[in-house]
Amino acid sequence: MTTWLAIGALAVTTALIKAFGPVLVGGRALPPNATKVIALLPPVLLAALVVTSTLSEGQRLHVDASAAGVAVAGVMIWRRLPLLVVVLTAVAVTASLRALA
Amino acid sequence: MSESFRRGLRAGVPFSLVGFLLAMSFGVLAVQAGFSALQAIVMSAVVHAGSAQFAAAAILGAGGGLVPSVLAGSLMNARFLAMGIAVAPSLRGGPGRRALQGQTVVDPSWALANQGDGSFDRHLLMGATVPQYVGWVTGTVAGAFLGDVAGDPDRFGLDVVFPVFFLSLLAAELRDPRSRGVALAGAMIALALVPFTPPGVPVLAAGTAALVGLAR
Repeated sequence: MTTWLAIGALAVTTALIKAFGPVLVGGRALPPNATKVIALLPPVLLAALVVTSTLSEGQRLHVDASAAGVAVAGVMIWRRLPLLVVVLTAVAVTASLRALA
Repeated sequence: MSESFRRGLRAGVPFSLVGFLLAMSFGVLAVQAGFSALQAIVMSAVVHAGSAQFAAAAILGAGGGLVPSVLAGSLMNARFLAMGIAVAPSLRGGPGRRALQGQTVVDPSWALANQGDGSFDRHLLMGATVPQYVGWVTGTVAGAFLGDVAGDPDRFGLDVVFPVFFLSLLAAELRDPRSRGVALAGAMIALALVPFTPPGVPVLAAGTAALVGLAR
């Protein structure tokens, strides 16, 4: 039962969080200063997601095989290889390092 | 169907394949955390937010209870507050319509629809989310039924899919040299906060690095 409640509650909070900006800001054009900040949000939020999902586990910082997988992926993305190839290679590198460890 | 909606559909396909893998590992972990296959699948269908689902399922599985699990999942989603405010001026219609359009904001679609000048292509945003939603739900179905036989998905390196997914989106943003500096600052802020705040908060707090936009 707790699981169903959690699923329902998380669905509601997610929908509210996603609706917040569109409803509150509405169609108003934001001031030019706000637009400059928004233009910088994608690189900032994405960079933060990459490092936290690679280097943290809960509230603990850690470096493990996945860091190597992400590093290899970084080089492949820079060389403009297709995303699926990059992901599968990173998965293989990470799994191999763990198998060897 | 508008041209940019169709472009969105196509642009979303590679991300939906990767999302399928990610959702598969969610399905496996959720079943191992004590979810039924149906619960895992319904969660993906009604929440459709990877990091929030992983966080909430892990806490429930560890016996953490309802409130901490929903709170952690919601915090992982906090970045959608910033993303929602960013897309708001590019959406059309009344509050109800806008709220609905806002539901299609998922990270890859949001980044793909970003036109680099603070505005977003809303048709491309919505188009790109369609294949990703399909990949997310079907991947969860696959994972949920594999759950018992798969063992620990980390053993297969599947946990690396999530960061690589975001790294590929980030790479497209770094062509502008000025973005590189703020991206680095955001990464440092997030890492510095990890030990001191609940998961999800570091990413939202990193958003403050974008305030340097005011200085130019």
